[in-house]
Amino acid sequence: MNTEPEAKPKKRPEMAKQPPSARRSNFNEVALGYDREEAVAEAKRCLDCKKPLCIDGCPVGVNIPLFVRQIAEEDFDAAARTLKSTNSLPAICGRVCPQETQCEAVCVLGKKKDGDPIAIGGLERFVADYEIAKGTTIPDLPEPTGRRVAVVGAGPAGLTAAAELAKMGHAVTIFESLHSAGGVLVYGIPEFRLPKSIVAAEVDFIRKLGVDICLNSVIGKIDTVDELLGEYDAVFLGTGAGLPSFLRIDGENLNGVYSANEFLTRVNLMKAYLFPEFDTPIKKGSRTIVVGGGNVAMDAARCALRLGAGNVTIVYRRGEDELPARAEEVVNAKEEGIIFRLLTNPIRILGDENNWVTGIECINMELCEPDESGRCRPEPVPETEHTIPADLVIIAIGTSPNPLVTIATPGLETARYGTIVADEAGATSKPGVFAGGDIVTGSATVISAMGAGKVASRAIDEYIRRI
Amino acid sequence: MSFTILQKRELVPTLHQMEINAPRVARKAMPGQFVILRIDEYGERIPLTIADFDAQAGTITLIFQEIGKTTRQLASLAAGDSIADVAGPLGNPSAIEKFGTVVCVGGGVGIAPIFPIARALKSAGNRVISVIGARSADILFWEDRMNEASSELYITTDDGTKGHHGFVTDVVQNLLEHGEHDEHGERAIDRVIAIGPPVMMRAVAGVTKPFGVRTVVSLNPIMVDGTGMCGACRVLVGGVTKFACVDGPEFDAHEVDFTLLMSRLAMYLPEEKEALDCDLRSSVGEAAAEPTV
Repeated sequence: MNTEPEAKPKKRPEMAKQPPSARRSNFNEVALGYDREEAVAEAKRCLDCKKPLCIDGCPVGVNIPLFVRQIAEEDFDAAARTLKSTNSLPAICGRVCPQETQCEAVCVLGKKKDGDPIAIGGLERFVADYEIAKGTTIPDLPEPTGRRVAVVGAGPAGLTAAAELAKMGHAVTIFESLHSAGGVLVYGIPEFRLPKSIVAAEVDFIRKLGVDICLNSVIGKIDTVDELLGEYDAVFLGTGAGLPSFLRIDGENLNGVYSANEFLTRVNLMKAYLFPEFDTPIKKGSRTIVVGGGNVAMDAARCALRLGAGNVTIVYRRGEDELPARAEEVVNAKEEGIIFRLLTNPIRILGDENNWVTGIECINMELCEPDESGRCRPEPVPETEHTIPADLVIIAIGTSPNPLVTIATPGLETARYGTIVADEAGATSKPGVFAGGDIVTGSATVISAMGAGKVASRAIDEYIRRI
Repeated sequence: MSFTILQKRELVPTLHQMEINAPRVARKAMPGQFVILRIDEYGERIPLTIADFDAQAGTITLIFQEIGKTTRQLASLAAGDSIADVAGPLGNPSAIEKFGTVVCVGGGVGIAPIFPIARALKSAGNRVISVIGARSADILFWEDRMNEASSELYITTDDGTKGHHGFVTDVVQNLLEHGEHDEHGERAIDRVIAIGPPVMMRAVAGVTKPFGVRTVVSLNPIMVDGTGMCGACRVLVGGVTKFACVDGPEFDAHEVDFTLLMSRLAMYLPEEKEALDCDLRSSVGEAAAEPTV
């Protein structure tokens, strides 16, 4: 393909989105994806660097320049094969990866004045959606090795580890506690950011690699890790960080106060937004407050808005620059009319005589010297207490590892806050047991969990070939 | 994989017994544990205590009362039908050891979960005095099973149609005051376990507290996942927030905030009514659409 570098536009095509006025009352996907012309044009902007930095920026090491070139050459099937050879969940990653801090952050084009980096995420989504629409191709699998691996948790880490191990010829069974595979991809991330049909298609691909998925299987209860070790050659724990944190302030058990996990699980996994067609109910506030500033807070706020809560406010104790959510999601939330009350911290939640929430009492904060996390430490400003009325409060201040598996597993070393201690390859203190994702790192991103699943799959492969 | 219903019958009006093929759950089930079930892809996840289990046959027995849309739908299923999802056994098992004399109290549908606990306590060598109560004799069930699982069985009905005319708490009070003394003349009830409606459990806790008898209740708040993930089942015990699904379901009755439990249980009453109305409307609609013969 003959391309002239100087002829290349500096900007990427803007991805079409549902207009805010329409999308604030539906759960359909917000970002609509690139069409064929946009994708090819964007792919042609790639410089195809000799030493591509983007690959190093990707936790699963996708061969980005190759799949982008294949899009430019309009060989989308080849591009899909390239993606799938290193990433089993590309349609998911194309949507929810923070590319702006990973592959796209190191793109040479983005370093130029007024230049946009290649829209790697958008292109990844384009190719993955193309393949899903066309029908997924299953790669040739090696001869079965006769080795068996149990994977605990069907979230991003577990699905990735399972796919990689299956591609190596091992027999893999995933044990998932919920009734649907995907972990945070199905219970946490809303339909409008990640359609569940997309998750189902990628999970289906993993099943077609020969991975058996046992749903409704709460490991630690129905089987212990030791029992799994009796049946399998190795066990991978990808149980995530599913335990919701609360503020530990007065009024948190009032009716109308949700953890973000519960609120999002009801809406996404249980489809409460379609109540009463679906049986799970959800409270629709008229004034909703979401406490927290991360992606989960944005998701909860935007779900509440779509349920018909007229007025949704995010309360966050630090400032705009400190919001941990992806910039793109903050923009989306603001466009939809979510109100941000920054430098504001809840002191207590107020309720009426029937135990229903009526508001939260907050105090203004100011930022002081950065703490060990590098972020400015917020301090309360005396005598700035004030009340924000609310009939629904959602606490989205983070999650910690779920201890169900670890407490039922003697000999498995855990660290502070309940994370599992594992080395860089994912090996834990217990022989034959590997771990990766949020259960090791604490709450992080989908792609970092996938990266950990992939790294651990290599260590597991090495381990089971040795025994 | 789905879970086939092997047997189903209405024990007393609106209260049903269902035996489900769930070999992996049955293999691990212990008294005091529960399952979360979801009938079909539209269903909600509801917790039900495992009322009996048979590891060899691979079955679990559930007892439920028709209350809302989901339990009504469950009641409409028959042997041969199946349930999409059954996850368990969940929660911590009941403490089964040799305590001495244990009073097991079951009220209404709470008779079902108290049964396997009484049985296990008896076979662990305890003297088990059971007290079961219902509004009326015609809605009392499992008297035979409870009789077998207990050293002594008391029955109460609110309307006096069977056994003691009054509440389970009357019998418990009487047992604590007069019933049981050891050779030194000391009160000799070592433990009380009460399962039933929150008002009943609160009343039992109130009766046993002055006697300082260790009293345990099994709490039944609203749950979604049942694995500690959502926090819907928050209960206040001794001033500390606990998740009933993973920290319980059994707690020290004298420390439980029953008022909070009851108000949280009422959280979705309007929605439950809406779901039920909607369900009734659609079944009326279906009936109307059927050709008349």
